[in-house]
Amino acid sequence: MAVCVAVIAKENYPLYIRSIPTENELKFHYTVHTSLDVVDEKISAMGKALVDQRELYLGLLYPTEDYKVYGYVTNSKVKFVMVVDSSNTALRDNEIRSMFRKLHNSYTDVMCNPFYNPGDCIHSRAFDNMVTSMMMQVC
Amino acid sequence: MEGLTLSEAEQRYYCDLFSYCDTESTKKVAPNGRVLELFRAAQLPSEVVLQIMELCGATRLGYFGRSQFYIALKLVAVAQSGLPLRVESLNTVKDLPLPRFVGPKNEQELRHTALYSSDADNSTPYSGVIPPPPGRVQVKKGSVSHDAVQQRTSTDQQESTSPVVSPQQSPPTSPHTWRKHNRHPSGGNNDRPLAGPGPFWAPFSEAQPGSSATGDPIWSGHSPPPHQENWVSFADTPPTSTLLAMHPASVQDQTTVRTVASATTANEIRRQSSSYDDPWKITDEQRQYYVNQFKTIQPDLNGFIPGSAAKEFFTKSKLPILELSHIWELSDFDKDGALTLDEFCAAFHLVVARKNGYDLPEKLPESLMPKLIDLEDTTEVGDQSGEIGYSSSPAEAPPSKSPSMPSLNQTWPELNQSSEDTAIVHPVPIRMTPSKIHMQEMELKRTGNDLANPTSPLLVKPPDLSEENNVSSSKFVAGNTVDGYSSSDSYTSDPEQIGSTVTRQRSHSGTSPENTAPPPPPPRPHPSHSRSSSLDMNRSFTVTPGQQQAGVVAYPPAVPPRPPPSQGVGPHVHRPVDAESLIAHTSTSPQQIPEQPNFADFSQFEAFAASSVNEEEENEIETHSEVLQVEKPSDSAGSLRVSKTDGRVEDKAAASVPVNAGKGTTPLAPPPKPIRRRLKSEDELRPEVEEHTQKTGVIAAVLASQPSIPRSVGKDKKAIQASIRRNKETNTVLARLNSELQQQLKDVLEERISLEVQLEQLRPFSHL
Repeated sequence: MAVCVAVIAKENYPLYIRSIPTENELKFHYTVHTSLDVVDEKISAMGKALVDQRELYLGLLYPTEDYKVYGYVTNSKVKFVMVVDSSNTALRDNEIRSMFRKLHNSYTDVMCNPFYNPGDCIHSRAFDNMVTSMMMQVC
Repeated sequence: MEGLTLSEAEQRYYCDLFSYCDTESTKKVAPNGRVLELFRAAQLPSEVVLQIMELCGATRLGYFGRSQFYIALKLVAVAQSGLPLRVESLNTVKDLPLPRFVGPKNEQELRHTALYSSDADNSTPYSGVIPPPPGRVQVKKGSVSHDAVQQRTSTDQQESTSPVVSPQQSPPTSPHTWRKHNRHPSGGNNDRPLAGPGPFWAPFSEAQPGSSATGDPIWSGHSPPPHQENWVSFADTPPTSTLLAMHPASVQDQTTVRTVASATTANEIRRQSSSYDDPWKITDEQRQYYVNQFKTIQPDLNGFIPGSAAKEFFTKSKLPILELSHIWELSDFDKDGALTLDEFCAAFHLVVARKNGYDLPEKLPESLMPKLIDLEDTTEVGDQSGEIGYSSSPAEAPPSKSPSMPSLNQTWPELNQSSEDTAIVHPVPIRMTPSKIHMQEMELKRTGNDLANPTSPLLVKPPDLSEENNVSSSKFVAGNTVDGYSSSDSYTSDPEQIGSTVTRQRSHSGTSPENTAPPPPPPRPHPSHSRSSSLDMNRSFTVTPGQQQAGVVAYPPAVPPRPPPSQGVGPHVHRPVDAESLIAHTSTSPQQIPEQPNFADFSQFEAFAASSVNEEEENEIETHSEVLQVEKPSDSAGSLRVSKTDGRVEDKAAASVPVNAGKGTTPLAPPPKPIRRRLKSEDELRPEVEEHTQKTGVIAAVLASQPSIPRSVGKDKKAIQASIRRNKETNTVLARLNSELQQQLKDVLEERISLEVQLEQLRPFSHL
């Protein structure tokens, strides 16, 4: 189950961040922040020549004892970071991929809204609902 | 001002009306807007209203003082009676009926009229009472709303007694409404040219900026729209009238009391009752107005408004960006960043409703859904939940599964245009899944749309896929089975069947990197059987020769890995001794001996076959006919499996068929198969087995010539029969499993195709 979902803009500031156990939010914020370094590392490791073939899904960024952090980058350098509970061992890679895909779809929906200025925080209710469903589904 | 004598009833009525209009409690009816609404609700021609205004002196004064208001009301009554408007008529006309006003506020007045005219008759009108106006008051707090509520309640009561009031009469005033509303989009400025009663609007516009900031302008500006809501509800909700009849009763009491608290309660009641109506329905008048507005932005009604233009247009409504964003989310049904006519109307309607104080729904109300394909009954009325609504418009482009929204935008215009045609169509395929799964549907449709009108199978498939995301793992395995079959791969000796199938799946769908997680492997049908037999094997043995050959060819390879070849027959074999002996016999083919105890017989048979082959088929005709027949299926099964890879199944199948037909020992066939498959290297044995099976055709002769089988016949019979039973059970289970797996495979294949297409589409957008 995703305990924290974050959408980071190209300039590495959060557009949307939400965690499920709301009391430990700061810890998740910090985790997401540190994971950005890993994301950048992975992106740069691909090299410019491989930009076209670079896969959007980055996979496991780094695991800790309590949870694992997965990353996903869009072509516009918007990053999605998901923190999942390590105890949920049944969570397969494909499921993570599908969750990122849903995130990406919802994000594009938000972008399509003419009233949304890119760079603003995301306040879309549909996006919230989708993230809620993702956080609850694998409980 | 002429001296005005009013009857008691009139006095009271006019006083009420004045209080109602006196939104600022200034004893002077400063807000001309309210009065104007009232007069509009009187359903008088605009010139008559103008005349009244002049006569009463309001135009002179610029506002409605109490006396002017009373005079105006009297003139309204005069006009409604059909008498010519004269100042003299104010006092000369006797027994003038109270002026009637249509609309929410006017309902109250009418109710007041009923009150005054027939104080005791308040119970009767309720039977046919029209639903009170939706409670927009919850947003607007203050005495204004309460007054309005009170007025409204009285009007409601009156409504029943005045059958004249009807939705049909309301539309003429709606353009006024919308013009008023336009003021708001245009920033409340008076730039907007207004056709029609100019003087009306001038005072109104003056009043607007000058009115209190607590929402009075919004009140006056938006009170008309609820008229339409009410009108709609009038026309639409006869069944709810009984329900609502209760409310006017309570309202009636409250109006008599005229307390703020009671008004609030009445408000709430009315609000609740209004929820039974469909406040989201767009009347024709409204729709026409929306269409006209649409035309101003986009002349082509079948075209669509780009997001930026829509943004500018709706920003004029002065709603907060957050709310506009939410409205957009609701109304942009196909999520393409542009508004079609339907979407635009829905968005406009939501804006109007919001300005009137309605809270925005979480989902698009059904009546606002762009109606494209209506596969389901849209019977819900007044329910603001979008549940049904989603299902009612399944043809809407589903949210795209892939991030390539630009492609959607490119492909959507044509679809939008086509969708504008009544009732149809988008090139969206018919839903296969129940429409209740609208979210999935949306997802899938978006995928389909994203594929630029993919072929129906693809679109059909996503629903199936979504439906079957939770399909039992067996299906997936089945799919993989078929897949493996088609590739005629031999199964790896991976104990995890799923693992092998997944691997295979991935190899086949290498272009679709994102596969759905493979379901866990299906439970083994028989715990005692360490392997599951191939259904095809079963089928091949059960069907006719012709089919059998086909079945043999369609050899589903989804068989769990066999135990290591080195494993001997388990102790649970009926005749361990025999098995061992057989094993010893078939030292050259130890692997052929399955480990499953149940199949020990088969292993025995196989071993026997091998041994018999080696030993030149030492079978007795009579005593071993059964055994042989059992053997043959096993042999043929084994050979079938072998032939799956070797292509020699047909012979064996043919050979086994008569055996099977004779004995019905098909169940025996499958078990040996897995072993065979794993033991490709056992070619040496296969030829022997094949030879043996081929020889089965000559069973009788061969049997006679063959030496006796190295085991007792009685034991064989019992063992065979037991194993037959077991295998029959296994067979049925596996047959079911096979069908499920086949279905699952189809689904997965379709999904894979769709993913590949998506990927292809994504490629052009892979770099930014």
